[in-house]
Amino acid sequence: MASVSTATVVPAFARASRATPAAANSGDARAPSDFTLTVNGRDHRLAVDSRTSLLDLLREHLALTGTKKGCDHGQCGACTVLLDGRRVVSCLTLAVAAQGRAVTTIEGLAKNGELHPMQQAFIDHDAFQCGYCTPGQIMSAIACVNEGHAETDADIREYMSGNLCRCAAYPNIVAAVRQARPAMKTASRD
Amino acid sequence: MRPFIYERVSDWAAATQAAGGGASAPVSYLAGGTTLVDLMRLDVMRPQRVIDINALQDGRYGRIELGQNGLRLGALVRMADAAAHPDVRHHYPVIGQSLQLAASAQLRNMASLGGNVLQRTRCTYFRDVSYAACNKRNPGSGCAALAGVNRMHAVLGGSDHCIATYPGDFGQALIALDATVDLISPDGARTIPFAKLHRQPGDTPDQETMLRPGELIVSFTVPAGPWTRRSLYLKVRDRQSYEFALASAAVALDLEDGAVREARIALGGVATVPWRAADAEAALRGKTIDEQTAMAAADAAFAGAQGHGHNDFKIELGKRTLRRALRQAAALEI
Repeated sequence: MASVSTATVVPAFARASRATPAAANSGDARAPSDFTLTVNGRDHRLAVDSRTSLLDLLREHLALTGTKKGCDHGQCGACTVLLDGRRVVSCLTLAVAAQGRAVTTIEGLAKNGELHPMQQAFIDHDAFQCGYCTPGQIMSAIACVNEGHAETDADIREYMSGNLCRCAAYPNIVAAVRQARPAMKTASRD
Repeated sequence: MRPFIYERVSDWAAATQAAGGGASAPVSYLAGGTTLVDLMRLDVMRPQRVIDINALQDGRYGRIELGQNGLRLGALVRMADAAAHPDVRHHYPVIGQSLQLAASAQLRNMASLGGNVLQRTRCTYFRDVSYAACNKRNPGSGCAALAGVNRMHAVLGGSDHCIATYPGDFGQALIALDATVDLISPDGARTIPFAKLHRQPGDTPDQETMLRPGELIVSFTVPAGPWTRRSLYLKVRDRQSYEFALASAAVALDLEDGAVREARIALGGVATVPWRAADAEAALRGKTIDEQTAMAAADAAFAGAQGHGHNDFKIELGKRTLRRALRQAAALEI
């Protein structure tokens, strides 16, 4: 997996912020909103149209295309990211409303070239076919474990229900989460 | 999505001033955004200004407080946090369950309690602007659902102008427990019964609530009562998780020697608004809950129900859902 540090992209519609980081009411709906956002540990100063979703900001402005657009209406979970450590759907999150907060995407998981235990578990269990939903599944699964909602298979199924997989890799996804759970606990103790 | 002016406010007075000041332009408050951003992208909601109130969640209205007289839920508490709250789960299980059984983990992390009760219907004709006829979206244009595909639509509280189902779950718990809603606006603060918040469609289905322009929900208060612990939310849906109700029941019982002293019942998935089933409650008073009395209560709850073809099954399903909920609540060990 490529390291996020390569993503020093200057987005087409983003530019260096002027003085105020908070979005101001300029009275012009088409004026860009200026704000700061931390993505995978990197601070970004941005100026984007207020309509921009966090999902489109990541993909189109910061070139972090690991986060996928499925339905764009909060129904499929493909766009799941962590916002201050909590899982959310980035399609229904306005980027400007996430100002000042910390986003973690699939690109931010691997450390020193080593996959996150959940990424490794998905590979070990072949927990995907086409792979399109997988970044969202993995982000959601990490939160699921951190929330303490991965203690039983029934809990995993219930708390992963916001992530749809049209290839129906569900049994293997449950197995992957089951494997990663103790590995994540071990890793967090290290 | 149409352009809008985004404003982030840091106190409640600024929020209502911002919304009340430019009354000519449509204004929406933004909390979790799970309904608003969705419907703006569909071009169903078209606010020209969006007032982000999320910075206010660190204060009183982002907290849950349990007192002698009841439970106070701040409007900016997220669904996931209220569902997991130990006091909610122990003393008011119907509230915790109604939130836990709704949406997905991601959406529950985002959506606020205040926004939850104001979520818009999932009626496909309302959500799809390519249908011209929708009295809720476009007053006076007609209702495509009455003679259309109406399997998900309401059998209670509808009119000749609209049969769109109220989609929420939490609202049923609130109305069953006689909750009140605290509101602020540029004109000041007021408290109203939750039961008065939503309006049945009648001939003005576009007017969904009694909220005044710029008025904002800041908290809910749920009175304590001997029925709150023996309570549950039962939700029946097309798939096991992450789906809106076909039929649901919020039930709270106060029993004395097995007989019903007080029953609190609300129905979801079947009505145009959060639906209190007062006739069913009256039918149970003084009775022991068994198959016969539960059936009589369910029949009373749906006495005025009207099917529209595809959704005829909801009348029988709703009755069976309520019967099961009553039997389960009566059998709870508390």
